[in-house]
Amino acid sequence: MKFGIVMLPGSNCDHDTFHVLKNVIGRDTVFLWHKDHDLQGVDAVVLPGGFSYGDYLRSGAIARFSPLMQEVKAFARRGGHVLGICNGFQILLELGLLPGAMLRNKDLKFLCQFVHVRIENDRTDFTRAGKKGQVLRIPIAHFDGNYYAPDKVIEDIRANKQIVFRYCDADGKVTDEANVNGSMDGIAGLMNARGNVMGLMPHPERASEALLGSEDGQVIFRSLIEVLEHKGRIAR
Amino acid sequence: MKVRILVSFKDSVLDPQGQTVKNALHTLGYRSVKEARQGKVFELELDKISEEEARKLVPEIAHKVLANPIIEKYTWQIIQDE
Repeated sequence: MKFGIVMLPGSNCDHDTFHVLKNVIGRDTVFLWHKDHDLQGVDAVVLPGGFSYGDYLRSGAIARFSPLMQEVKAFARRGGHVLGICNGFQILLELGLLPGAMLRNKDLKFLCQFVHVRIENDRTDFTRAGKKGQVLRIPIAHFDGNYYAPDKVIEDIRANKQIVFRYCDADGKVTDEANVNGSMDGIAGLMNARGNVMGLMPHPERASEALLGSEDGQVIFRSLIEVLEHKGRIAR
Repeated sequence: MKVRILVSFKDSVLDPQGQTVKNALHTLGYRSVKEARQGKVFELELDKISEEEARKLVPEIAHKVLANPIIEKYTWQIIQDE
């Protein structure tokens, strides 16, 4: 299968993500330039972390107007798999592909640290290689990761089991203390109702090699690969 | 024509920056400050446009781009006529 990694002005995790998918996991991977209209026939799109357009206006707010993002939006609407990491998650929210919005972290600090997240739903295309309740150790690095949505929306995403990851402690307990950025319901990762678009604040590409202290992030990439290659439509 | 748009968090959304400002003002002894909210100001200069057209255009721009309607509200006014 073939992954496409979106390159926006200010993306800074694009090469890390490329390295993991291409060299560590070993799948065909290409960069997708923000000014192009061409998705190059990829099977899944990854919106990497960074500070697209300098986080001007609001994080992810300007990126959604780039030519390529119109193609990504159409791809998602056709059921294509889209994974948004950190700034990529913020863009998916601004784009309206995922519900809700991001606020400043509760303590008004840029947080750059390892956190624990718990798999809340293992019957998704992004977590099926993991187990419900499994705790992953993955780093975060963001200023605006305090997830917010109106109460009605929170009710809906709970009912639809769209919450994929929640912040927790090392033992898998969801506590206020573990919820470092103050996200509603401790939400660290969220998918759309259809289940083909997922955004998360932690950086799985920074936790995919033992050398970097954790390989837990691989679960997400391997889940996607399992789903897409299993469908048989996509060659390895 | 020049218009000014003021974007701020909805009342239902916590504004930690505004709270920090309020706490700082209290520390300085301004005890009468009951609440502080922080927002953003945009000024747009519009070319060859009637007031009627502006009343359609500005809310459209504010809603679509300048504010995120999930968390923010906006007000606007004409600050300079042609």
